[in-house]
Order: sequence, then C-alpha cells, then structure tokens
Amino acid sequence: MSTDIEEQLQAGAIEPAEAPEAAVPVPAAGADGADSRAGVKGIQTLSMAKAITAGLREALRADDKVLLMGEDIGPLGGVFRVTEGLQAEFGDHRVLDTPLAESGIVGTAIGLAMRGYRSVCEIQFDGFIFPAFDQITTQLSRMTLRHDGTLSMPIVIRVPYGGHIGSIEHHQESPEAYFAHTPGLRVVSPSSPHDAYWMIQEAIASNDPVIFFEPKSRYWPKGPVDLDHSGVPLHASRVIRSGTDVTVVGHGAMISTLLQAADIAAGEGTSLEVVDLRSLSPIDYGPLLESVHRTGRLVVAQEAYGSVSVGSEIAATVAERAFYALEAPVLRVSSFDTPFPPAALETEYLPSPDRVLEAVDRALAY
Amino acid sequence: MQLLTPQGELRPSPEAEAYLPIIEALGDEVLEQFYRDMTVSRRIDVTGANLQRQGQLALWVPSLGQEAAQVGSARAARPQDHIFPSYREHVVGMIRGLDPVRIFALLRGATLGGWNPADNGNFHLYTLVLASQTLHSTGYAMGIRFDGACGTGDPETDAAVLVYYGDGATSQGDASEALVFASSYQTPQVFFVQNNQWAISVPVSRQSRSPLGLRGGGFGMPSLRIDGNDVLVSYAASRVALEEARAGQGPTFIEALTYRMGAHTTADDPTKYRTDDEVTYWAERDPISRYRTWLESRGASAEFFATVDEEAADVASDVRKRALELTAPTREKIFAHVYSEAHPLMAEQAAWLDAYENGFEGGAA
Repeated sequence: MSTDIEEQLQAGAIEPAEAPEAAVPVPAAGADGADSRAGVKGIQTLSMAKAITAGLREALRADDKVLLMGEDIGPLGGVFRVTEGLQAEFGDHRVLDTPLAESGIVGTAIGLAMRGYRSVCEIQFDGFIFPAFDQITTQLSRMTLRHDGTLSMPIVIRVPYGGHIGSIEHHQESPEAYFAHTPGLRVVSPSSPHDAYWMIQEAIASNDPVIFFEPKSRYWPKGPVDLDHSGVPLHASRVIRSGTDVTVVGHGAMISTLLQAADIAAGEGTSLEVVDLRSLSPIDYGPLLESVHRTGRLVVAQEAYGSVSVGSEIAATVAERAFYALEAPVLRVSSFDTPFPPAALETEYLPSPDRVLEAVDRALAY
Repeated sequence: MQLLTPQGELRPSPEAEAYLPIIEALGDEVLEQFYRDMTVSRRIDVTGANLQRQGQLALWVPSLGQEAAQVGSARAARPQDHIFPSYREHVVGMIRGLDPVRIFALLRGATLGGWNPADNGNFHLYTLVLASQTLHSTGYAMGIRFDGACGTGDPETDAAVLVYYGDGATSQGDASEALVFASSYQTPQVFFVQNNQWAISVPVSRQSRSPLGLRGGGFGMPSLRIDGNDVLVSYAASRVALEEARAGQGPTFIEALTYRMGAHTTADDPTKYRTDDEVTYWAERDPISRYRTWLESRGASAEFFATVDEEAADVASDVRKRALELTAPTREKIFAHVYSEAHPLMAEQAAWLDAYENGFEGGAA
C-alpha cells in the first residue's frame, strides 16, 4: 500500500466530506501497451458499493468458475446496484437472477461448489438471510468436515446489513453473531471502500465459506481505493487511528461512529485509539491486545444486540488475556436487546458517538 | 405404473407398456444382478439391525422392503451420473462401488461422512437434515448444464443427477425450492421419491392430500407414479427419465410407492402407529419374492438362488467383521477439516486439548 493512502486511512480520512481525489492518476498504457508502469492501476476514489462492484468484476475476470447468484442482481444490478452492469458484461450464465428463494440460492450454490464453481450469493437484506439459515449452518459450514477435507466450499454470501437507512422491519438488522458462532464459517465486514474492494476478492479466493457483511449505510460515501495493494490479509484487524487513553473497537458501519467519537474526544482532550476488527470469525486479537496493553481501557461498540454478541466474546477474551493490563472493565456499547424498532426511533436505538463517549467516560472513571 | 404384478407375472399396466421393450432387451446377467443386489441389501439390513441391538451401532436405518425401488433406479444410472442419497439408500451406494462398511462407520459414530464421492461412483454423502440434498443435487445438475456436460448427444459423457428422498421430506421447503430451481434451469435431474407410507409415525396422508406422483406437474416437469416394489418398472422408468435428462430435456419427478417393512430407525417402535393388517398387505407385495417368482418362471435355477443366498451371507458376515474392527478416530479429527485453510482457533484449541489430555499420562493418580 502506498504511504499516501495509508496515511489517509490512518487519519480516518474515509469520510465522504473529506474524501480526497485520487492522489495517483491511473496511468495510461502506451500505444504498445508497454508503459513503464505497466500493471500499476493507481488509486481511485470510489463509493463502497462501486468498490465492491469493481472487486466482483476482478473476480469474475480472474476465474470463469466464479458465479454471482441472487435476487434482482441481473438487469437491475441488485437493489443496491452493487452488481450493476455485471450481467451485461459477463452474461446471464455468470450472473444469475435466481428464483426468489434464499435457501434455494445457498443450497444450489453448495451443489455448484461440488462441481467446482465458486458462487457469490447476494442476500437482498440482512433480515432475509434466515430462510437460508439451515443450509448455511447445517450444510455449508460442515461440508468440508464431512468430506474429511476432500471437498472445499468456496462460497461467499454477501449480506447488506445494519441500520441508519430509515427502512422497515427486516431491512436494518445486524445478525453477525449467529454466523460468527457457527464453526466452519468465516465472517468478515469491511468499513471502507478500500477494504471492501480487496476483502471481497480475498473472500472469493478463500476455499472456505465466507459470510460478507456489507454496511449498507456506508455504501455511498466515497473514499480512496488503492487498486494495487490490499495492505493487510482478509482476517487481520488493525489500528486505524492511534490514541493513548482508551481503545475503542468495532467493525463495519460502526467504524464511522468510532472515528466521529474520536474526533469529539480529541476536542475534549481524550485520545481514543480506534481498532477496526474487519474479521469477526476468526478474530485477530493481536492488534487489539497490544492496544489494550497501551491504553488499559477498552470499549466495544456494535449495532447488534449486546447479549451473546461478538462484543461479548471480545470482552471475555480480552479479560482472559489482558487482565493485568486493564484499568477498567471492558464495556460494551450495543443497540438494545429488542427487535429493531420502527425506523423513526433508530437514532435512539443505534449506538451513536455520544453513547460511545458515555462509555469512554465510564471507563476513564475507574 | 407396474410391469411385474405382486404375483410375479410380467403384465404391464397400460401406461407402462412402453417400457416393455427396455426390459425385453435386458440379458439374463443384468436381470440376475437385480436379484443379487436386492438379496444382499436385505441381508446387510438384518446385519445392521442386529449390530445395533448388540450395542455396536448408534443407529441402524433399515431399507427392508424398499429394495426394488432402490436397486431398479440405481442400476439405471450410468457411471458418469451423480447420486445424492437421503440416508436409507445403502444398496444404491454398494451398486456405485461404496464399501458398505463406510456406512457402518457412520452409524457407529466413527465418522461424520466417511467417503469421498469422487472415489465411490459419484455416490454423495448421506444427508440427515431432510431434503437438504435436493438443493445440493439441483445445484450440481445446474453445474452440469453450465459446463455443457449434458445434451451433447454422447451417451458416454452426457451426465445426469439422481436424488433420493422420502414422502416425509417432500413437505420440507427445500424439496419445493429444488423443484423450482430444477425446472427454471432445466437441470439434467431425476427426483426419486420413495413413498414408504410413513415418516417415522406420521402417515403420508398428513404430508400430501394429493398423490405425490402429481407433485412434479405443478412445477412444470413430467411426473410419474410407479410401483416401487417392482424392480423392473423402477429400472425402466428411471432409465428413460435419466436418458431424457442426459439428453438435455430437463428434470423428471418419480414417486415410487413402496413400504418400510421395518422401523424408521432402530430407535422407533412401529407397532405403536400401524396395524398388522397393513404390514401383511405389504408383505404380500414383497419386492424380492415377486421377482424371484418371475425369474423362476423364466427358468432360473435353484442353484442360482442358493448361490446368491450364500454370496449375500458372505458379504454380510464380512461387513459385520470389519464393522466390529472399526476403531475410534484420533482426537485431531475433531479439528482437522473444519476449515480447508489454516484457522487460528483450530490450531489453538487442538494444541490445548493435546496438552490437557497428555497432562494425565504418567501423572499423579
């Protein structure tokens, strides 16, 4: 990764208002195609939705066994337009508008994987993944084990998830914990266009099933994407803003909230270190534990319900592994243990920068 | 549809007449093989049930009474075809080359799967969540179609998929979704439903008010009902449907009417929900005895039947012996193949369990 973009990411400059123009223009190939920088694609400013489109396009080009499957993903390009143009480019035998049946999509993707295909399944909204829950948890996640490792399940299930979009029931949920709890699955969630571009390609290249949670409220803000270097591996967590007083950790859309909280805290003289989990299964605890050893305090933030959540697992693990480094108990900031309320109440339901800072203050009070 | 009456006479029902030339073209060797398959299957079944009663298997899943449905359909498949079983198709696996001891290993708790389909006649693993495999089979068949591996006109390479499930599983949503996808993508596929009348203790009338043989029609595919205790019609109907599938003409749905003479599994007690009269009715329609009567009428010798009985006994005793010799897998099996690629939790927990277990060896009493 170039130093420029690394700095931009470190500085949290992935907010729409601060999105920089591409720092390095995409070089034009010479007439003979032998540009001295041949192969260098440079940095582009993309929305997360378009970054995923670009990642899917790369994967479809790289391997003709890659298929996209889902509802309305063909001529319409998906309800979020993430697959826009891909059916026209690759054909309806590569980008499949399937019947409207989520279990059918995942179940047939399993059969296709047995035949050597690598399907990327789009679930239209978070709350509609449950008809496929049986195929994901009792079949997809266990096929490799049942086959003593002689069969791989390279399937990606893309799930637009989370709130902040003011929509109706089943359209704003955060069901990551169900899947992170299931052995045999990998679960990841990008927070920026750059990560989304690379992580979708790395997920497709994985020989294990990957549940790919896309923060739908972050689909449209633009940010820099280094098309040449991913930076870190699929399952690595990383510090995206350095600080000294309290570590705050989250994933997906929550990263934007944490960066806003860090800005506000900085104005009040408190330095927050922000860790982006990126992967919920497995969780890369290394950078998180190092950070906690420096700050002695940890706040875990998530849009999901707090009970029996990914945040609970992180709190327990950090308490086990960094007990003597902690100056305060690990605190969780979650939504509430209720179904997602009517959207008119979502700002009170979802964790906000202020709710994160309330927990930061409690942690500092110990 | 029926070719062979319960009394063992070759007398096709009107709709089955078209199948007669297929049977007439079969040589004695093939016809005798059907009998051998069914007899071995029944013998293995008795062995499995006995081993379970002796505490050597966690469970046995009987197929007793369903031999004709299974043998006829399985013998109609070609080597390049793929077969997705439910969990009762032991003889289908054996026909495809699977060592039956692999099934015993599964039911003994020594493995969660036990075989690689690619090395065992494309016979896929048993699936215990009802109807899940219908979708896997349809996905596989979609892949055959996308690969252009059907409909080329070459009978040596064109492939099809045969999926087995039961009357109870037809009520599962996945079974209907599989029919939707199969019809939509015109998969090279045969849905073979063994209606054995009982889903554990619930009769088929609770699963469907209309005959299951009509089920495929509403999804836009040919839909048949055959006598599942008639190995000849099971073979002929499956063969025609598989040939059409390989030729690229899309899927077919077959209901094979049969009867589970035994319990659902060895954990079940069928005397609580069905009558002796019903069992007697079906015993009179036994698939093996009617076929034996017909073979005898064609001149099969007493020596042939005696030899088959001996072979079946040998196979069963060999499987029994090797099943008893199966040992528990080592503990790394818990972690080894949960993922295809390296995973930190697997490595960490496997190492912890090793250290924990090893801590007892030679330790203080």
